[in-house]
Amino acid sequence: MLAYILRRLVMSALILLGVSFITFVLLYVLPADPVRQIAGRSATPETVESIRRQLGLDQPFIVQYGRYLWNLLQGDLGRSYLQKTEVAVLISARLPATLLLMLAAIVCELVIGLTLGVIAALYRGRALDNVLMLSSFVTVSAPQFVVALLLLYVFAVQLGWFPIGGYGTFAHLVLPALTLGILGSGWYARIMRSSMLDVLRADFIRTARAKGLGRGRIILGHAVPNAILPVIAMIGIDIGIFMSGIVVVESVFGWPGIGQLAWQAIQRVDIPIIMGVTLVSAFAIVIGNLIADLISPLIDPRIKLR
Amino acid sequence: MIAPALSSAPEGVLSVRDLTVSARSDQGLVPLVEGLSFDLARGETLAIAGESGSGKSITSLAIMGLLPVPAVRVTGGTIHLGQTELTSLPEARMQGLRGARIAMIFQEPMTALNPVMSIGRQLTEAIRAHDPVPMREARARALEALKAVRLSQPERRLEQYPHELSGGMRQRVMIAMAIALKPDVLIADEPTTALDVTVQREVLDLIRDLQRDLGTAVILITHDMGVVAEMADRVIVMQRGRVVESAATVDLFEAPREAYTRELLAAVPRIGGGPVRPPLAAQEVLMRYQDVSVRFPIRQGFMGRVSAQVHAVEHVSLEIFRGETLSLVGESGCGKSTMARALVGLVPHEGRIEVGGRALADLDSAGRKALRRDLQIVFQDPMAALDARMTVGELIREPLVIHGIGSPDEQKARVRDLLERVGLQVAAFNRYPHQFSGGQRQRICIARALALKPKLIVCDESVAALDVSIQAKVLDLLRDLQREMGVSFLFISHDMAVVENISDRVAVMYLGQIVEMGSHEQLFGNPQHPYTQRLLAAVPVPDPTRPRLAAARMAGDIPSPVWPIGQGPEPVRLTDIGGGHLVAG
Repeated sequence: MLAYILRRLVMSALILLGVSFITFVLLYVLPADPVRQIAGRSATPETVESIRRQLGLDQPFIVQYGRYLWNLLQGDLGRSYLQKTEVAVLISARLPATLLLMLAAIVCELVIGLTLGVIAALYRGRALDNVLMLSSFVTVSAPQFVVALLLLYVFAVQLGWFPIGGYGTFAHLVLPALTLGILGSGWYARIMRSSMLDVLRADFIRTARAKGLGRGRIILGHAVPNAILPVIAMIGIDIGIFMSGIVVVESVFGWPGIGQLAWQAIQRVDIPIIMGVTLVSAFAIVIGNLIADLISPLIDPRIKLR
Repeated sequence: MIAPALSSAPEGVLSVRDLTVSARSDQGLVPLVEGLSFDLARGETLAIAGESGSGKSITSLAIMGLLPVPAVRVTGGTIHLGQTELTSLPEARMQGLRGARIAMIFQEPMTALNPVMSIGRQLTEAIRAHDPVPMREARARALEALKAVRLSQPERRLEQYPHELSGGMRQRVMIAMAIALKPDVLIADEPTTALDVTVQREVLDLIRDLQRDLGTAVILITHDMGVVAEMADRVIVMQRGRVVESAATVDLFEAPREAYTRELLAAVPRIGGGPVRPPLAAQEVLMRYQDVSVRFPIRQGFMGRVSAQVHAVEHVSLEIFRGETLSLVGESGCGKSTMARALVGLVPHEGRIEVGGRALADLDSAGRKALRRDLQIVFQDPMAALDARMTVGELIREPLVIHGIGSPDEQKARVRDLLERVGLQVAAFNRYPHQFSGGQRQRICIARALALKPKLIVCDESVAALDVSIQAKVLDLLRDLQREMGVSFLFISHDMAVVENISDRVAVMYLGQIVEMGSHEQLFGNPQHPYTQRLLAAVPVPDPTRPRLAAARMAGDIPSPVWPIGQGPEPVRLTDIGGGHLVAG
C-alpha cells in the first residue's frame, strides 16, 4: 500500500514535469509580450529591452526553462512580474478559498447527481426519468457563466437570500458551490443512471429479492454500492474539468481563489503566476486521482493496489 | 425396486392449481406457462424438466413472486403454500415468506452473490431480514449454515468476498443462504448447470443430504435428465409452457407415455450409448503437437516484471489423424481451450505445432493465410460468433471473399449448397442471425467453417449451450460431415457423455497436462487414471433404478496453475499400457 502510494507520487512528479514543459512552451510561443505589459505603452525601446534583460526573457528558450526548473526544484515558483510578490505566497494565500469551494462543489454535484441518477433509474422510461434526463442534458451543456448569472439574479438579486459576491461566510459559499455542483451533477446523474440500470439487472439483485429483503434495502444496500464504482473513477478525471470551471465561477462571484488569480494573470501575461497556478492545478488533479484510486478498493474488494 | 411415495402423500406443503403465466406483448397476452398443476409433499423432490422455452424457470419465479411484473404476470390459477395463497398476496407479506419459507438457488453462482459484500454479511442479512436476532447470533447461525453445506474453513469464509471463492464454493454459499432459515420449499433452478461435473456431483449430493436432514421439499428445475434420474422422486416434463407428462421418476424413465418424453430421453447423451465407430483405415498425421507449452506471464510492480506464470498447457504432445475426431476433455481451467488457441495462433506457444508437416513457427504470412483455410473454429456461443448486422448468406460467404475463391455467383451457389448441407433452408440466405434458434445458429457457424473446405475444424464446446435434442442433431450433423468430407475434428468439451458420442480418440487433461489418452474403447472401456475415473463416475446417469450413491467425497478444488518463475508442475510421464493407450503415472 505504502509502496503503491510512493510509486504513484514518483509518477506524479514526472507528470508535473511534463505539464511544466508543455505550459512553458505554450507561453513562450504566445504572441503576447509580457514585457510590454510591464513597461506600459509609452515606454521607450531601451526600457523595454532592459526589463527584458532583467527578467532573463532575452535568453534562449532552453536556458529560460532550465532556470525555471532549477528554481522549481528548490521550491521557488518565481515572482509575479507585476505584483513583485512571490508566486508561492500569492497562491498559498488564495489556495484555501479554492479548496473550500472545490470541496463544497464536489459534495454538491455528487449529492445532486447521484440522487437524481438513482431516482431516474428507478423510474426508468417514465415521465420523471425523461424530465430528469432532459434537465441533466441542459446542465451538461449550459455554459458556466450563464448558470452563475442565473443563480445570482434569482437568489441574490431578486430573492436576496445570498450575497451577490465575496468571501467570508457560509452564505457566500452557497451560490458558487451550487453553480459548479449543478453543472457537474448532470454528468454524474447520467453515469449513475446507466450504472444503476446495469446493476438492477444483475443476478445478485434477484438473489437479494429471493432472500426477502425490502425494496429500500435492496437499492441502498446492494444496488447503489455496486453502481457507484464506475462513478468513483470519474471523480478523479472530473477534477480536471472542474479546475476550468473554477476560473470562471471565481471571477463571476468575486471569490478570491487561485482561479481568479489565474484569470487576472492571463489578462496581463504574468507568466510566473500562470505557471504556478497551472502546476498547482495539475498537482491537485494528480492527487485527486490518487485519492479516487485509493478509495476504490475500500468499496470494491476485488480491486487490489499493486 | 419400490417406487417412492407419489402425489397422494398426506403432508402437502405446496399446491399449484391451473397456473397460467402470461407475458404482455403487442398481440395481447401471450401465455408462457399454461394450466400447470402439481402438489409437493414434505421431503419430496419434484423435478420440472424441459428444454429452453418450456416455461420451467418462469414457473419457479412465479412461485417465488419474482416475475418481472407487469411485463410478465400470473394471469390465472392459484399457488398455495400451506394455507396461504401466494398469487394474490401483497408484496409486503410475500417478502416475509421469500427466503424464510420458500428459498431459491440460481444457476449462475458466479454472479448470484453481491461482489462488494462479504459472505458473512450476505448471510446474516438474509437471516436478519426474517428473524431480527442480534448480530452475534446471526453470525453464529450463518457459520452453522456454512458448516452444514460442508464448506472448508467456514470461519474464514465469513470474512471473504465472492471473488475469492470458486464456483462450487459460491454455490455452496448460495445453498447455505437458502437453507439458513430452514424453508419448507427449496427451489433449485439449474443449480449445477454452470459447474464442472465433479463439482456438480458434490453439490447434488449436498442438496440430497440436506433435504434428508431438514425434510425440505425441493423443486428441481433442470434440462438434464441425468440429474433428474439421480435426484427426483417425481418428474413433470414441460414443453412450450405446457405439461407433457407427469409421473414418478422410475416410471417415466421406464415407460414414457408421451412421444416428446421419449424423444427427450433418447436425445440424452449417455456413456456407453455412443455408436461403435470403425477404426480408421489409413493413419495419416494431419497435425501434431510436440512438447507444447503455453504460459501466461503475471506482471507485477512498477516496471511490470514477470513475477509468476500461469502454466496453462505443459509439455503436451499429441497427433490428430486425417478424418478422425480427437476430443480434449477436462474441467474448467485445465488448458483444453488454450490448446486450440495456440493452434490457431491466438496465444504464443513454446514447443512445436505442426500442420501438414510444417511447423507453425516457420510459416510466413502467406503460409499462415493458407493455414487458416485448412483450420476453422466453431465456438460455444453461436450468437456471439455471428455478426448480427450481416445476413446469413453474407456471413457464410465472407471466408470465400476473404480468400478470393470463385466468382460472386460461384460463391453464392456454394453458400446455398452449404446451407442445404447443414440442414437449413436456402431461404435463410437473406435472413439475419437473430431470426434463428440457437441450434440453427450453430448450424450457420458450421456452414461458415465448412465454406473453405478445411482439413481440421476445432469445435470448442460447440454443443455445450444447446438443448439436448438440438445437441444430438448437431452431433449427428458433425458425424455425417466427417464421413462425407473426410474432415478432422479437434473436439473440446467438458461433457464426458458428448465426448463419448463423437470421438475416435480422447485425451483427458488435468492442470495443463494430458493424464490419459487413448482410443474410444480404451478410455471408456478401461479408464486407468484416477482423474479419468473420477470424471466418469461424476457424470449423472439417466437411470433412476441405479442406486444413488451417497458418496459425498470431498474432492476439493483443483490446485492453482500459477507458479513462481523457475518453478512448475511436476511433469507427468505417459506410459503405453498397450495398443497406444497412454496413462500418466
